[in-house]
Amino acid sequence: MSHAAELPVWAALLTSLLLLVGAGLTLLGAVGVLQFRSFFERVHAPTLGTSWGTGAIALASIVFFSSLGTRLVVHEVLIGVFITVTTPVTLMLLARAALHRERAEENPNVPSRAVMRRRGSAPAPEDGAGDAAGTPSS
Amino acid sequence: MTAAILLWSVSIAQAMLVIAMGCNAYRLIRGPRAQDRVLCLDAMYVIAMLLILTMGIRTGSAIYFEAALIIAVLGFASSVALAKFLMRGEVIE
Repeated sequence: MSHAAELPVWAALLTSLLLLVGAGLTLLGAVGVLQFRSFFERVHAPTLGTSWGTGAIALASIVFFSSLGTRLVVHEVLIGVFITVTTPVTLMLLARAALHRERAEENPNVPSRAVMRRRGSAPAPEDGAGDAAGTPSS
Repeated sequence: MTAAILLWSVSIAQAMLVIAMGCNAYRLIRGPRAQDRVLCLDAMYVIAMLLILTMGIRTGSAIYFEAALIIAVLGFASSVALAKFLMRGEVIE
């Protein structure tokens, strides 16, 4: 790390703090993935790493390279914005697919489609999802 | 002094990320169902991207940024494809 010798102390301390915070949050999310019991609890855990884990490490990279090159380097913002935008899309798709699979197997632990409709939050009709009477194939 | 601070913190952060990846890999192998495995694969993509960013801080070269961006894009595309496969491909047909 000879390139870091000319770094000012405040930049080194800020970079270290952000790195440790980001890596610690990511580790916490991974422990959550390991420890939670059901899939629908587990799907929440990695978002720790994708929100502030990614944000803090990208900020650390911005601080480090900006104070090394003495000009503002902000292209790590691109990674942060991309991860922040795409993770909810991925996890919503995955959770809907998992719910659909559980319903097709008539698992009693998930609310059926009829229950959801009675509560007034009718989901949008899906292709091949089977109707409320529930005659899932296989 | 500053180099020592940075070296230690980058090493600790990389060790934490590797442990996080190990937890996700354990769940990826053990995971009771396919959706758990897809979830862990998505989380492992993100952790690999963060490891490459910390590697860029460690070496001080800006090349690693582009690799991290590509891994982020590919991770999103593959996770969405696997989720769509779980939704359409296996249960109904």
